Amino acid sequence: MGNWIVNHWFPAVVIAAWLGLNVFLFVYYFLLFDRDKKFYYTRVLLGSALAWARASAKCLNFNSMLILLPVCRNLLSFLRGTCSCCRRTMRKQLDHNLTFHKLVAYTIALFTAVHIIAHLCNFEWYNDSQQAADGSLSSILSNLHQDEESNKWLNPIHSNSTTPAYVTFTTIPGLTGVIITVALILMVTSSMEFIRRSYFEVFWYTHHLFIIYFAGLVIHGIAGLVRGQTAESLNKHNPEHCAQDPTHWGRKNKHSHCEEPEFGSIPAESWQWVLAPIVLYVFERVLRFWRSQQRVVVTKVVVHPSKVLELQMHKKGFSMEVGQYIFINCPSVSCLEWHPFTLTSAPEEDFFSVHIRAAGDWTENLIDTFQQQKPKTPRIAVDGPFGTASEDVFQYEVAMLVGAGIGVTPFASVLKSIWYKFQHADQCLKTKKIYFYWLCRDTGAFAWFNDLLASLEREMEESGKAGFLNCRLFLTGWDNSIAGQAAFNFDKDTDVVTGLKQKTFFGRPMWSNEFSAVATAHPRSVVGVFLCGPQALAKSLQKCCHQYSSLDPRKVKFYFNKENF
Amino acid sequence: MGRIEWAMWANEQALASGLILVTGGTVAVAAQFKGWQFAAYAIVAGVFICLLEYPRGKRKKGSTMERCGQKYLTAVVKVFGPVTRNYYVRAILHAALAVPAGFLLSTILGTACLGIASAIYLLAAIRGEEWNPIEQKPQERPQVGGGTIKQPPTMPPPRPPPETRKKQPAEEASQENPIPVTIEVGGVGR
Repeated sequence: MGNWIVNHWFPAVVIAAWLGLNVFLFVYYFLLFDRDKKFYYTRVLLGSALAWARASAKCLNFNSMLILLPVCRNLLSFLRGTCSCCRRTMRKQLDHNLTFHKLVAYTIALFTAVHIIAHLCNFEWYNDSQQAADGSLSSILSNLHQDEESNKWLNPIHSNSTTPAYVTFTTIPGLTGVIITVALILMVTSSMEFIRRSYFEVFWYTHHLFIIYFAGLVIHGIAGLVRGQTAESLNKHNPEHCAQDPTHWGRKNKHSHCEEPEFGSIPAESWQWVLAPIVLYVFERVLRFWRSQQRVVVTKVVVHPSKVLELQMHKKGFSMEVGQYIFINCPSVSCLEWHPFTLTSAPEEDFFSVHIRAAGDWTENLIDTFQQQKPKTPRIAVDGPFGTASEDVFQYEVAMLVGAGIGVTPFASVLKSIWYKFQHADQCLKTKKIYFYWLCRDTGAFAWFNDLLASLEREMEESGKAGFLNCRLFLTGWDNSIAGQAAFNFDKDTDVVTGLKQKTFFGRPMWSNEFSAVATAHPRSVVGVFLCGPQALAKSLQKCCHQYSSLDPRKVKFYFNKENF
Repeated sequence: MGRIEWAMWANEQALASGLILVTGGTVAVAAQFKGWQFAAYAIVAGVFICLLEYPRGKRKKGSTMERCGQKYLTAVVKVFGPVTRNYYVRAILHAALAVPAGFLLSTILGTACLGIASAIYLLAAIRGEEWNPIEQKPQERPQVGGGTIKQPPTMPPPRPPPETRKKQPAEEASQENPIPVTIEVGGVGR
């Protein structure tokens, strides 16, 4: 438990604050609408369904405000940049932006359900009150001010031969409510993990229904159908007192004098909540578009084995840091789609490159387009770079880099950057030791990375710092013939698979061994663990980080960072 | 959008619609709204749709993630053969089921969502997709030693050389164990 606190205290605080605010808003407005004298007569018609609807509406406004913020990539990147004075843990939390976005989305779905159920009751009971002709308080209240031009009525249903469904579709809140709920449901079903991972385009295009959601949300409260007694009327008519004798309202009476109550609406306020995030998000999209319009020149295209495409590009004014990613758009493949790829080049190089693996419709089409070798290379638009965890690699004294398959790409950038730093004899590197683990299924994928590792090996030896970078390569998809070859060539200097001095390991690494070895070798350091790979691996690494971190701040501590796309 | 299997999204949408129908129906029946009989129908229809749509179909390409515990329902849905396999049937079925729920406000949202699901199923059917059950794979042998040992030894130490093991152990074994020995998997190296 203690280790969990050390690694997760900041997100826990943020979530607790968010949850606390939700609970506070819900309870406060629930009690307001359930107790306030202003809504006494509204409650006569609707019971506590009024309070349920209003409290959930407030929470919906709050969460709709929050949901746009985690996806403003440029804003987050900017915050990361200005946070360089802040501690490591603060910057790490911006990695969890997508998780927070999903959490807020689920909360919106939950409160939408509550809100709709409450309003179903409201419409039904308003209708019943309007149709009742039994002289009860409800029917008297419903008939007040119905024929006049003035806007003083209580019951929004003015006819006594209608149905709640008809009223819903002929009033602004009803109609907008149905439309935005359908939009929300479509967004949620297309964002299910299974759909998102397998058919990204469906998710991406359907998610743009959020425009309809926000437009409808802002219009939703305009009609002012939620009514409370006006302050003026409350002075002349005290509901607690006058409700007992509704037939004598407006007439002079020797016991008490009660004027007819008059009602007004609560103003629409959703726009106040969501205006600022909408403006920020519009600005974000405009910025992305503007950045994408700048010319990108493709200087080199390389097709590697295992269907990996390398694109080397040049763009004016582009500057990057280690481990950042960019969004790429190729109009000849798809006009509107942008996909993220980690940069595999080092900041010190005069071009920037990405390695793209075939993993779906868009990537396969892109690779085909470039393989056709048309006389004119297809145009590419680039947005970014955006920063994620790997930027922080050099902030840690000791770093463990774990990449699974194509997940090694952010670390390719790191290793290249190290190589350049060595070449320029950069002595002020904070990092003293790097452990690099690459897990891969088949040898084909090694090919493009081979040269880099080979030259790094050479470089380390020449500058006498052979111990700085410790590479451990794991081939997880081995078979008997490969193992046989490895056993046969056991005494050879270089590895039979990669041709490097460092031998390839076969099978998956035993993380507990690795972590305890690192903890023993660096008993007083802060170790950063960086992963780009599958969720299952993240879980085991996280567990090891908790297990091997010591609570004593002077002893070894493991911090876990995960890339996610 | 070349290789999208629309049926997968239609399935999620239909499942969500089923849940919405059940919820809306329950509210109307519990609070006894006017026309609550439609709501009672919606609950039944919603449950039926959830059961029909819960087992996910197999994707043509790539592996499909099963929903938790879906194998029991897969067995039932498989039984109906072409009726459940064909997506035209599902599209028409969902459209038909959606209509009665449209007469009551509480369930009208279910109607809208189910209608959309029906339209997506129609699109899937036009593109020739079909529902295929996900079959169970045979259970794999539990791994010993973290998956790094492929064939653990089956005899306890001390082991005779392989040549003698091929013949009948009772006649040709080089030693007799004084006490009976039980073989434990995982006892290697202790």
